[in-house]
Amino acid sequence: MSERTASPSVPNAAPQAAPQGASHAAPHAAAPPLLRLAGVQTHIGPYHILHGVTLDVPRGGVTMLLGRNGAGKTTTLRTVMGLWRASAGRIEFDGRDITALDTPAIAQAGIGYVPENMGVFSDLTVAENLRLAARQGPADPRRLDWVLRMFPALKVFWHQRAGVLSGGQKQMLSVARAIVEPRRLLIVDEPTKGLAPAIIQNMIAVFRELKQTEVSMLLVEQNFQMARAVGDTVAVMDDGRVVHAGSMAQLAADVGLQQRLLGLSLAAHQ
Amino acid sequence: MIRLLSGDTPRSRTLTVLLLLLLLALVCTPFLIPGARALNMAAKICIFVVLVASYDLLLGYTGIVSFAHTMFFGIGGYGVAIAMTRFEPGWGALLAGIVGALAVSMLLALVIGLFSLRVRAIFFAMITLAVATAFATLVSQLSAWTGGEDGLSFKVPALLTPGFALEDADGEVREWLGVPLNGKLFSYYLVLAGAAVLFLLLLRVVNSPFGRVLQAIRENDFRAEAIGYRTVVYRTVSTVLSAAFATLAGVLMAIWLRYNGPDTSLSFEIMVDILLIVVIGGMGTMYGAVIGTVLFLLAQTYLQDVMKLASEATAALPLLSSLLHPDRWLLWLGLLFVLSVYYFPQGIVGRLRALR
Amino acid sequence: MTAGRTVSESAAAHPASSTTASATGSTTVSATAAPAATGLPAARLDWLPLALAPLLMLLAWPLIGSGSTWLTLTIAGLAMGMIIFVVSSGLTLVFGLMDVLNFGHGAFIALGAYIAASVLLPLAPWVEADSLALNLAVFALAIVAAMAVAGVLGLAFERVMVRPVYGQHLKQILITMGGMIVAEQLIKAIWGPETIALTLPASFRGAVLLGDAAIEKYRLIAVVLGLVVFLAMLLVLNRTRIGLLIRAGVENREMVEALGYRVRRLFVGVFAVGAGLAGMGGVLWGLYQQNITAAIGAQVNVLIFIVIIIGGLGSTAGCFVGALLVGLMANYTGFLFPKVALFSNILLMVLILLWRPQGLYPVARR
Repeated sequence: MSERTASPSVPNAAPQAAPQGASHAAPHAAAPPLLRLAGVQTHIGPYHILHGVTLDVPRGGVTMLLGRNGAGKTTTLRTVMGLWRASAGRIEFDGRDITALDTPAIAQAGIGYVPENMGVFSDLTVAENLRLAARQGPADPRRLDWVLRMFPALKVFWHQRAGVLSGGQKQMLSVARAIVEPRRLLIVDEPTKGLAPAIIQNMIAVFRELKQTEVSMLLVEQNFQMARAVGDTVAVMDDGRVVHAGSMAQLAADVGLQQRLLGLSLAAHQ
Repeated sequence: MIRLLSGDTPRSRTLTVLLLLLLLALVCTPFLIPGARALNMAAKICIFVVLVASYDLLLGYTGIVSFAHTMFFGIGGYGVAIAMTRFEPGWGALLAGIVGALAVSMLLALVIGLFSLRVRAIFFAMITLAVATAFATLVSQLSAWTGGEDGLSFKVPALLTPGFALEDADGEVREWLGVPLNGKLFSYYLVLAGAAVLFLLLLRVVNSPFGRVLQAIRENDFRAEAIGYRTVVYRTVSTVLSAAFATLAGVLMAIWLRYNGPDTSLSFEIMVDILLIVVIGGMGTMYGAVIGTVLFLLAQTYLQDVMKLASEATAALPLLSSLLHPDRWLLWLGLLFVLSVYYFPQGIVGRLRALR
Repeated sequence: MTAGRTVSESAAAHPASSTTASATGSTTVSATAAPAATGLPAARLDWLPLALAPLLMLLAWPLIGSGSTWLTLTIAGLAMGMIIFVVSSGLTLVFGLMDVLNFGHGAFIALGAYIAASVLLPLAPWVEADSLALNLAVFALAIVAAMAVAGVLGLAFERVMVRPVYGQHLKQILITMGGMIVAEQLIKAIWGPETIALTLPASFRGAVLLGDAAIEKYRLIAVVLGLVVFLAMLLVLNRTRIGLLIRAGVENREMVEALGYRVRRLFVGVFAVGAGLAGMGGVLWGLYQQNITAAIGAQVNVLIFIVIIIGGLGSTAGCFVGALLVGLMANYTGFLFPKVALFSNILLMVLILLWRPQGLYPVARR
């Protein structure tokens, strides 16, 4: 990889030349959803967490999964990834039933996962973390360049153990790992949790840039500002169920609806 | 009766019948079956029931795997042996030996418990294995005190010696139902009574509020801790209690044999036997220790005889004959053990209870 | 003994393909790859545990007094340590990767020793021959055979005994223990319960003289072999993709699966290799003792557990250091204070746990 000075990532910069060509802003409403959950239920031990989750993730767009703590958002993501087995219901990815598949198979189908606790391998270097994520062999240098441009800190710590990174940097590594190879769907669990506001802005920019590529995303977020900036569609969960689904624009415009669903208003949560 | 059993009834007709039969048999052994072999077997059954039951407290009720149980068994035996050799072999010395052994055991158990229970189960198991092995080595090293590999033979209080006998006016040994009333008999009933009392005490422990908390911890220590029980405290107490009962079993063993040595009390084989019995009999049932012990000890003696015949019969096929050789009886028991862990985790008692 | 190594990145090389050794759980910074920014946290190499073995060797010298005796004991200790390392290395990875502790690991050791006997005894002429080539050949044959059989049995053991009880630690301990009992009895049934004597191949016998000290040739061979195994493991762990997967899997198995890798298959492989290594260790141990019984598995078990606890479950380097310490300790105290030999290792374990409760090189857990 040729030495290039890392340009600082500027929020709201014009989309960089991503290796993939076309960019779409709006999801294809007509095409079947990339990910579809129908009546998914999950039990963890004696606890019944998901009581029938039904949601769609349209192709090419970002679906935000919102809701209070304990609503079941993380459980939903983990169930999709096969880390927890759904006890009832159906999960379809691109028309294929993945409900009973094991986690490696689901990942191989093209789903990238960024877990809540980031899941970086502390004893491995940044380089090794990314190498592991590149299943097909060495990563495409142009793509790697692009990733490192979005997360310059990773380049600085390239040969360092991932354990020495700060929280924000680990989060970046976790996201970078999920995108170092093209995936069709990204499942991200609270990417801005515990991050400083400046880094959150950085994240928002990163996800906006990701949107320019062909990837679809399902994001769990507590930070409504991030959700509003990035999301196209939204699903709100409560008590193990999806209680509202619609477009982000609609939710953003309706303060009353926001208050009812999330107990907040846009103005209050800046 | 139910109060005596602390409310922990057998809960199975077959089991109840078996237990009653066993109790009857044990009480009447001297009169039913003459000869030393049967009496020895009966005494060993009594002692092992206590030993295994005390292990069930640890494994079945608290969920802790320890390989140091024979160590406490040995401490009990050596406590008595050393006291009876160093002091005048009377009841005072015996008491001193018992108290000393208990003190050492419980202290050791406390230290092991506090140090190791903070770590994961697997660590604990490994550490107990290491400690037990080291103890066995230590015992054989301190041969001046312990008699090393040969062990210690000692005298017991006069009442219990075989030489002692109740005599009638003519100086003849009194008999009852054809059995001489001598020290051996008294020894046996002491062991039997002691074992019975200890077993009932164990039932009391596991059915007390303490015991119930133990079971809660075994099921889900996270939740128990959340409710407010200091799991480390409970586990440590359980370890100490279990060690104490094992020590007392060792005491009984030493009294019966009038001897104690590494092969009768400390060998790893005994530890393996305990494990086999408690799993096959049924973990967490107490009665499993009883049924398992009887089965095991009977098998150990009589199964080997059967195997001998089978082995000779198949002499034409050397491998098969070798597998059936009586010395390989542990192989089959080991297989049974593995199968039990998979398919009958509740053991024989659990099966019987399920059948009702 | 190797520590972390720096790898300089060639300018044209792909950044994703360069790695630095992290056997010790930390790396040293490569100077050329990243733009040198001030204030970079200097990655410290955790060298303290590595110094323990040399420290012990130094401590023992004045206690032993005679330089030549010290040398003999040290080499003996290192040889024993190497053999223990070979035997335990697989076990610690298996535990780190899949949280499975195989209490029956000793069975593979015993099996290896007996397979070696089955090779060495019929080929006694090769063993007795004065030719180094023949001796090496029969030695290598014994090792290969032992490893192969142990490895295959490891596969079977994993399938039959271990797989059904994943996640249930209590049952694992019980079942693997039961497995060892059965294995020991089977060995006795097949090979007979008597002790079998093993003779060293002719060229391996005797000692070389270093000044006053007589160093047994076989012990030197054991040390060399142990080093080879250690280096091979480090190489695999740090330079290959599989090694990467193992290291990552030891830390966070779930995440590795979420990246699309079948950790289960990896685990089976590691288990089999671990069993194979135990088999090799069995050969070495048997020749070291010059006789074998079915119980050697159980005997060595305790030492192995002490070693992997000291080293930190899941850490290869920790296992290496721990094994050397145990080997040295056993030999030094065997000479100095014979009565407390086994205790010394338990004391060692206690001291180390007091210093680092998770072992020398704790693996960062999820």
